Amino acid sequence: MRVTTEPPVTVPPSVPYRIAPLAAILLMACAGSRTTASPPPFVMGQAGATARARADSLRYPYTQADIDFMGGMIHHHAQAILIARWAPSHGASASVQRLTARIINAQSDEILLMQNWLRDRQRDPMLVDTLGNVTTARASAPTGGAASAGHDMTAHAGHEMAGMEAMPGMLSDTQLHALDTARGREFDRLFLIYMMQHHRGAVSMVRTLFGAHGAGQDETIFKFAADVEVDQSTEIKRMLTMLLEMGEVPPQ
Amino acid sequence: MFLSSRRQYGAVSRVGRVTALVALTGLVAACGRTSATPAPTPAPGPSTDWARDPRNTMRAGLFDAQEAISNLRVTAKAVSPPGFLGITNSDLAFTGKYAIQGNYNGPVIWDISDPAKPVLVTAYPCPASQNDISVYRNLMFMSAEANNGRTDCLPGGVADTVSALRMRGVRIFDISDIKTPKLIANVQTCRGSHTHTVLEDPKDRQNVYIYVSGSAGIRSPNELAGCAGSVASDDPNSSRLRIEIIKVPLADPSKAAVVGRANIFAGLSISPRHGLSDADKAQQATQLAAARARGAFVGRNPQSGMDMVVPPQLVRPLLDSIAKAGGRTAANAADTTAARTAAQGALNRLFAAAPGGPAGAVSERSQCHDITVYPALGLAGGACEGHGLLLDISNPVNPVRLDAAADSNFAYWHSATFNNDGTKLLFSDEWGGGGAPKCRAGDKPEWGANAIFSIKNRKLVFESYYKIPSYQSANENCVAHNGSLIPIPGRDVMVQSWYQGGISVFDWTDPKHPMEIASFDRGPVDSTRMVMGGSWSVYWYNGKIISSEIARGLDVAEMIPSPYVSQNEIDAAKTVQWDYLNAQGQPKIEWPPSFALARAFTDQMERKGCFSGQRIGAIRASLTAAERATGGTRSTALSNLVDTLDADTRAGCDDDKATLLSKAVQDLRGTVL
Repeated sequence: MRVTTEPPVTVPPSVPYRIAPLAAILLMACAGSRTTASPPPFVMGQAGATARARADSLRYPYTQADIDFMGGMIHHHAQAILIARWAPSHGASASVQRLTARIINAQSDEILLMQNWLRDRQRDPMLVDTLGNVTTARASAPTGGAASAGHDMTAHAGHEMAGMEAMPGMLSDTQLHALDTARGREFDRLFLIYMMQHHRGAVSMVRTLFGAHGAGQDETIFKFAADVEVDQSTEIKRMLTMLLEMGEVPPQ
Repeated sequence: MFLSSRRQYGAVSRVGRVTALVALTGLVAACGRTSATPAPTPAPGPSTDWARDPRNTMRAGLFDAQEAISNLRVTAKAVSPPGFLGITNSDLAFTGKYAIQGNYNGPVIWDISDPAKPVLVTAYPCPASQNDISVYRNLMFMSAEANNGRTDCLPGGVADTVSALRMRGVRIFDISDIKTPKLIANVQTCRGSHTHTVLEDPKDRQNVYIYVSGSAGIRSPNELAGCAGSVASDDPNSSRLRIEIIKVPLADPSKAAVVGRANIFAGLSISPRHGLSDADKAQQATQLAAARARGAFVGRNPQSGMDMVVPPQLVRPLLDSIAKAGGRTAANAADTTAARTAAQGALNRLFAAAPGGPAGAVSERSQCHDITVYPALGLAGGACEGHGLLLDISNPVNPVRLDAAADSNFAYWHSATFNNDGTKLLFSDEWGGGGAPKCRAGDKPEWGANAIFSIKNRKLVFESYYKIPSYQSANENCVAHNGSLIPIPGRDVMVQSWYQGGISVFDWTDPKHPMEIASFDRGPVDSTRMVMGGSWSVYWYNGKIISSEIARGLDVAEMIPSPYVSQNEIDAAKTVQWDYLNAQGQPKIEWPPSFALARAFTDQMERKGCFSGQRIGAIRASLTAAERATGGTRSTALSNLVDTLDADTRAGCDDDKATLLSKAVQDLRGTVL
């Protein structure tokens, strides 16, 4: 490892030194370990990730709203992936299959990101299986209820489960059934309409997050949530065009 | 050096490209094969070669990762200073001998005079994201987007949802003394600033302009007056449709303020050109042919301009109403003919009235992620979420949209780069936002890639995609990101960041067949999981390739000669020297007269096989003799060479290049070197 020997890090001279005690500590931390020349060694794997998350949370504490957003979005994404996976077997057109392939690819990676974020903060990372079932291991969550040790709670994507509200925009059982029984052009039509509804729900979850006191301060959360908003808004526009090209007037 | 992965992904004639490449190097077929017998005719598709790329499987490590390098030399790997190491390094700007590196904890300034040893000048704590940097004379600009940025540059974030302490916008620093930057203004904007672009107006030397890009949420009007998040059609002042423009008076930069919001999206219907992938087009063509065969109504999609089957839901009511008007209960042949004519009107109304249509309610609409301005040409390329835009910026405060492109393969248009003569525009798609591994074997080559367009009559014409010819692991975030042109004369060569996919140098002179010519990559930061890292931006600046490594620090590299780039071409590139560089404010590259320039063009004629070996040898001998001579002898030698080159410019092989060569020699005559 290369060790740098550099001049002391400057503190902005124009900044009045009126900082809260916490900020003062953080500033010292940020302004660099003047006593140690070399950074701490990089640790791979979960131990390193947990340690880095802890340091990150010291800089920007996270809130219950952040935890709820990540957990809720895992459920939300799981349902999107579930219905996207129906496209090939339900006779979707080439353009809808391209869209669903992108959704599956993008949102699967995002589920991993959310699970990592939760796991690194020793929160329940949830399990998502290939059918979109989300299992929350409540017992392992540090802030979880006292009673349910050893009792996993499983929610099928799209079904409301005890203690877990359906997230905005998620398909109801009736909608899931309608989509699952549709084929070909009708599948395309319903898929686009329902996925626009689903994406709009995700966008509203982002707005809820940023409307909560103290939420969305952490770098990963901000970037991820902002990306969800912009990526899914962009995809809504694309689906709108696809519906128009089918000759369907999209619902408002 | 490895050559087996020299592959590109072209939209057209992939096999032809591969064959040409083999002919070029004569080495490709041999590499990567250890069999004793000569390999049969090389016809591997790109996928098999991508699968064999040495970058694919490398040992992980933060500072001891395995490396793969091709046709580059890394001269330095400077580690970020304490307090900044481990915090995301972001974009770069350059002024004089300094590289200024954005970092989410504040700007880090390096003296890069010695390419082997960047020296830290200062690291200035001022946390925010993304802290992307630009410079202009004694000013430094820095973007703040997230909700945690503070006006006082202190850490700790801003917990309140509405707070006067929050800084989202562009900070301006005075860097007259570069060791001690002074914050002189926080210009607040409605969406904060994800990135920004400094624009110098050739007609206005009193001010510079900043185009603010960003797509994060709109602030409450209670936090910043004038910000409105309402649906744009209801509110002409909505921030949703705008790029914000800051005017910076150079006489007093602290008075910088938002002066305009340009609506470059007005009337933009979802895209006309290149909206569909090849598979979509094939399916559509089949459907259209079948529909025509059975006599179905075919109309023109008013957005794309392409033919489409008029949906039965539109046709039936038309037929019914026409028949009814004629007093019939069922349509006859004449009614059907009339309905065919009316069907187009019905299609037009459908598109116009729907949300997103020109006459409909505008709902979710675009913002620009990044805008690259090319003031010398009065053009800008806007990478604006679902669209790539070509803008006329002759009037900086009133950019006008010339064209827009969309692409079903593109998730998110992220950044734009013009070629030097402004005849091509390259957009990149930051699929997954840069934090996801999008270069795995299963990730399509046209996803998370560059899309290359020609600019013809100020319109965008799609040519091909380019993605690094490598399969990265699931532990490496990888997607197309920031880059800049390398000033190799007579060619379009660019160096580009691919996050943990490393840096890739590619030639896109032929826009249908972009080709990688050099690369540098490390193994993942962590072997067990995705940890953010890799090159955020890499730019050519005054002979050096400088890369901002997210997790590690600042890398410095240089080109080395290869079958793709000669020493003379590298030397000619190094003659281009700038006082400063903001890559999103693209300078027009001009080459001062040099013998290297004439030799670079000679090398290119040789590579193309335009001149005989004898002719090439004669030109080189003449150049060497002229360079050794002085005064009148040199002028005479150069004049004689120009005379002989006259015939070469009419040889019919590459007359444009021969003319460039001739002009390079002519320019040498009046120059004291």
